[in-house]
Amino acid sequence: MHLSETVNTGFFFLAPWIIFAPVVGLLVNIIFGGWFLKRSWGEAAVGTVASLASGIAFAVSALLAWSLSAAHGEVVVVPFAEWIHIGSLQLDWTFRVDTLSVTMMLAVSGVGTLIHIYAIGYMHEDVRFKKDEKRYQRFFVFMNLFITMMMLLVSSDSYLMLFVGWEGVGLCSFLLIGFWYDMDTLGRPSWANSNAANKAFIANRIGDFGFLIAGFIMFWAFGSFQFDEVFTQVGAIAPGIITAITLFMLVGVTGKSAQIPLYVWLPDAMAGPTPVSALIHAATMVTAGVYLVTRSAPLYSTVPAAQYVVALTGALTALFAATIAVGQYDIKKVLAYSTISQLGFMVAAVGMGAYVAGMFHLVTHAFFKALLFLSAGSVILGLERGHHHLSHHEGHQGHEGSHHEEVRRTEPVEVFDPGDMRNMGGLRKTMPVTFWLYVFGTLALAGIFPFAGFWSKDEILLDASLHYPDIYWILTLAAFLTAFYMGRQIWMVFFGEPRHEAAAHAEESKPIITIPLMVLAALALLGGGLNLPGAHTLGHWLEHTLGEIEVPEFSLMVAGVSTALALAAIGISWLVYGRNPLKAEQKDPLKKPLGFLFTGMENKWWVDEGYKWLILDNYVRLSKFLAEVIDWRFWHDWFHEKIIAGTYNWLSNIALNKYADQQGIDAFANGLGEWTKEVSASLRRVQNGFVRSYALSVLLGVVLILGYLLLK
Amino acid sequence: MKFFLEPLTLLTFFPLVGVLVLLFLPSDKKNLLRWTALVTSLVTFGISLWVLSMFNASNPDLQLATRYPWITVAGWNIEYHMAVDGLSILLVLLTTFLTPISILSTWAAVEERVKDFMLFFLLLEVGMTGVFLAQDLFLFYIFWEFTLVPMYFLIGIWGGPRRIYAALKFFLYTMAGSILMLLAILWLGIQQGSFSVPELIEMGGIPADIQLWLFLAFAAAFAIKVPMWPLHSWLPDAHVEAPTAGSVILAGVLLKMGTYGFIRFNLPLFPEAAIQAAPWMALLAVIGIIYGAAVSYAQQDAKKLVAYSSVSHLGFVMLGLFAMNPQGIQGGILQMVNHGLSTGALFLLVGMIYEQTHTRDLKVYGGLWKITPVFGSLMLIVALSSMGLPGLNGFVGEFTILLGAWGAGMDGGVLGSVLFAGFAAAGVIMAAVYILYMFQKMFLGPEGSIVEEVKKHGHALRDLNAREIITMVPLLVFIFWIGLYPKPFFALMAPAVDKLVVILQAAMH
Repeated sequence: MHLSETVNTGFFFLAPWIIFAPVVGLLVNIIFGGWFLKRSWGEAAVGTVASLASGIAFAVSALLAWSLSAAHGEVVVVPFAEWIHIGSLQLDWTFRVDTLSVTMMLAVSGVGTLIHIYAIGYMHEDVRFKKDEKRYQRFFVFMNLFITMMMLLVSSDSYLMLFVGWEGVGLCSFLLIGFWYDMDTLGRPSWANSNAANKAFIANRIGDFGFLIAGFIMFWAFGSFQFDEVFTQVGAIAPGIITAITLFMLVGVTGKSAQIPLYVWLPDAMAGPTPVSALIHAATMVTAGVYLVTRSAPLYSTVPAAQYVVALTGALTALFAATIAVGQYDIKKVLAYSTISQLGFMVAAVGMGAYVAGMFHLVTHAFFKALLFLSAGSVILGLERGHHHLSHHEGHQGHEGSHHEEVRRTEPVEVFDPGDMRNMGGLRKTMPVTFWLYVFGTLALAGIFPFAGFWSKDEILLDASLHYPDIYWILTLAAFLTAFYMGRQIWMVFFGEPRHEAAAHAEESKPIITIPLMVLAALALLGGGLNLPGAHTLGHWLEHTLGEIEVPEFSLMVAGVSTALALAAIGISWLVYGRNPLKAEQKDPLKKPLGFLFTGMENKWWVDEGYKWLILDNYVRLSKFLAEVIDWRFWHDWFHEKIIAGTYNWLSNIALNKYADQQGIDAFANGLGEWTKEVSASLRRVQNGFVRSYALSVLLGVVLILGYLLLK
Repeated sequence: MKFFLEPLTLLTFFPLVGVLVLLFLPSDKKNLLRWTALVTSLVTFGISLWVLSMFNASNPDLQLATRYPWITVAGWNIEYHMAVDGLSILLVLLTTFLTPISILSTWAAVEERVKDFMLFFLLLEVGMTGVFLAQDLFLFYIFWEFTLVPMYFLIGIWGGPRRIYAALKFFLYTMAGSILMLLAILWLGIQQGSFSVPELIEMGGIPADIQLWLFLAFAAAFAIKVPMWPLHSWLPDAHVEAPTAGSVILAGVLLKMGTYGFIRFNLPLFPEAAIQAAPWMALLAVIGIIYGAAVSYAQQDAKKLVAYSSVSHLGFVMLGLFAMNPQGIQGGILQMVNHGLSTGALFLLVGMIYEQTHTRDLKVYGGLWKITPVFGSLMLIVALSSMGLPGLNGFVGEFTILLGAWGAGMDGGVLGSVLFAGFAAAGVIMAAVYILYMFQKMFLGPEGSIVEEVKKHGHALRDLNAREIITMVPLLVFIFWIGLYPKPFFALMAPAVDKLVVILQAAMH
């Protein structure tokens, strides 16, 4: 496996730089960022350093990909450092460069770099709306830390180093969800954002628990965490053990990739700034679970029952989250549930053993979902600009009052939610660039020919139709809903008349924001070219890592059905939301015909409330009970005071009063010199006769044992 | 003179030089007193590094021994026998490392009777180092008991409002266990004819039924000190009332004397009994992990929260030690060090904010990260270390412990069930719950009422000053070092642990 001559020929020696580049970037920004920001060019400098760091990681990934294809896709392992060596446990930090890891590296650093550039412009405005310009620096430090951890995750050569990155990206997710930790999403002082951050961390920790258990079983069965050493022994291990490993690993996947039952953290994660939602909570981190299953293909492929569980989890998540997306009003929440649903598609794919289809959808989804989130961010900024403009305008009109009054008036009078689609409408005219970008993203997500999503989703459906008819039908229904809720969103946001003054005054975003989006839009359109039927470029590329993969023939039937359904869904969404655009204060037109069903979708099927009632409340109650009743009142107060201290006092009183020469011991204690006297005067209160009785007890003990031994 | 220049003797008793100097210094020159104590402890730390440089990590046996006959009346053979091996070297270093840090943390916090405080602190260091170095049971016992006295006064004089109660309770509990241990020590010394730990291990041959009684007698002393559930009731009182430096040393070193006792005495001296007891010890350890984490989450007092988290963390150490395989024991020893670093750091940080606000009630805090960014960032790093985030020290220890415990729970292992490791792993989730809760309530969310409250007294909350940062930096260095590159730390203990595992495995068959 260790092909040292290959390491020397290509650019493989550069592999550690995919991690060092962002580390250097974040260190530069930690050390000099504050100094930069005091200057007029400070924000540009901080943003450029961070973007360059991510860009270098992308360049290195591209060089690795090139070297790899020159080496005919053979895996190359670059040893780096020893980590933990105890007995049979041999953990090293080694970079693994193969076609699968390079694909992930390119997606992560490529999309990551675009989002870094976008964030230079986005955060410039965001920190001003939220009134804390110092946090600009912190944002880019966290973003580079994320690239570091994600690169560690995808480049590792063993399950345990993967886990290091896995928890590392979870930390970054926590830090960035809670980026505006002192407010809620509307900028009011609140615990909401920090609660969302904690929720994400803890939900992920529950998943990580599964990952850890899978690791323990794996180590004691295979004697290793290293991928190749594990995979070569698969045949010799009982299937029951592999089933256990794969199912516990699935728990980890449901946490990180937001699947049933642990998906609940992802919608709340939208509290983070929009570039974070795009990079971490749509394009990259949440796909780590899909990557993990793909990486573990040799394990999963031997246990069909576990595979089916994975596929079913994914498919049900895809459908369930899609229903919720239909009932949401927040532009980012719709996209969040859409992400959960699309991750469900990917998990279903890799569960079915369609690893290439899953990875293909992972890549195209990274393009179009990043595009959608960032465009949504552009919409939100546009509305905030409109709202800002408005409140300034009003402030100037009412100028006859004192200066003090003007300051008060420039504060938003009512709480305005720039992410609520009910405040939007008609943005097609005021934000035309963003509109077209959004349409590209929508068509790709809905799976319309020839956009990227069409090809990748079709491949998943095709595989399902051949081997898992039940999963095929669930996913097809989910795809139908996907096209519907995206259509609903387009009509509500961009068509009809503005339902709020802010929307009427919305302003288009600057090129630093729109240009990265155009790159993503081009990728959303052309990304399907990665793995067209017939050519199977990505498939052949990944075959070097995953081995022979069955390639089903393109089916006009499957493609036709899904396209027809998508078009029908968009048509229906036009009938409901496009033909008669929503008016201000008007209820959702689906509310009446769907009744309870729609209420359920609106309220996310009350899952959060259910978890709170079932788990959270009970845990709080249990810990309060243990702390207050068991530990304090029973154990600390009653048991200690009554039983232990009481008995002791009783015993020592008997001993002291009857047998001890108190005078002598006192004299001894006080005769320890000048200093002791000085201290003991003020220590009388502390001593309380206690040290005395202690000395006595020791003495008694010695006497007792000596007596026993002498008389024996 | 030669006697005093022997490395381990010099290391143990050097703080007495500082004590002597302090005695002759005037009580009102506070800074001079502080500097004297700090320099003494730093020189002691230097001596421990010198000891480390002479320590041969590949040798599994006791090294650098100093051995003199001491009490030889009535046929007893009590020796002054000090030596170090892979099981204790890290704990010795931890002691000499944490002492100057603790002294530095008292600079502004201790204003009353500085001289006495420093005297007790240096005396405490003598006792703690002696505990980890003594190889004669009687000598060990003397050091063990000796640590009680200075700690008792540190809590009792410089503690919080209920300090006397807490100090008494600390004394009472520890002593109750010690007496049983003393009986066992005397039995061993008289019945086996030696107080020398290595000789007793060599000899072996204690009948299984008597082993169990001796095991329990020693365990009583150590389990209270650790503390293992349900003997932990003294700990929250002691921690809440103790001054910050006292809490740091209490959590950082004194609790480790308990876990160290198990590994130095209980496992090698009574291996058959230890194997018999292993599932029960693991049960108590796992209950401690879960219970400590749950109770910790319910606390509103930051210091109490950290105190209960120790119950949970020390449960991990005990689980690792009683897994009795290299992963478990090495992880356990490393986790002793880790807990000393991260919990010590947590107590320091909580103490630093307390000095400014005079409250530890989490309800009045909130949003401090914005006001004190350096403070918040350090607290976050330490909190993450404490909850075992990979890349920081806590993970390396916890992971190896859990891995070892899982292995020991499989067929043929001493624990008999993987459920111990499974439940302990669930404790990792609960650790995230309570530690994130504390971090959130102090540093995230909207600005707490304490910010205004402090302003009312005429000064605003400030970020950490240079002295406070200098206090924290050494801890952070090791938090990252052990997390990223634990190899040198494991290398110090590996041969000695392997030797212990051989003894235990011989007893299993």
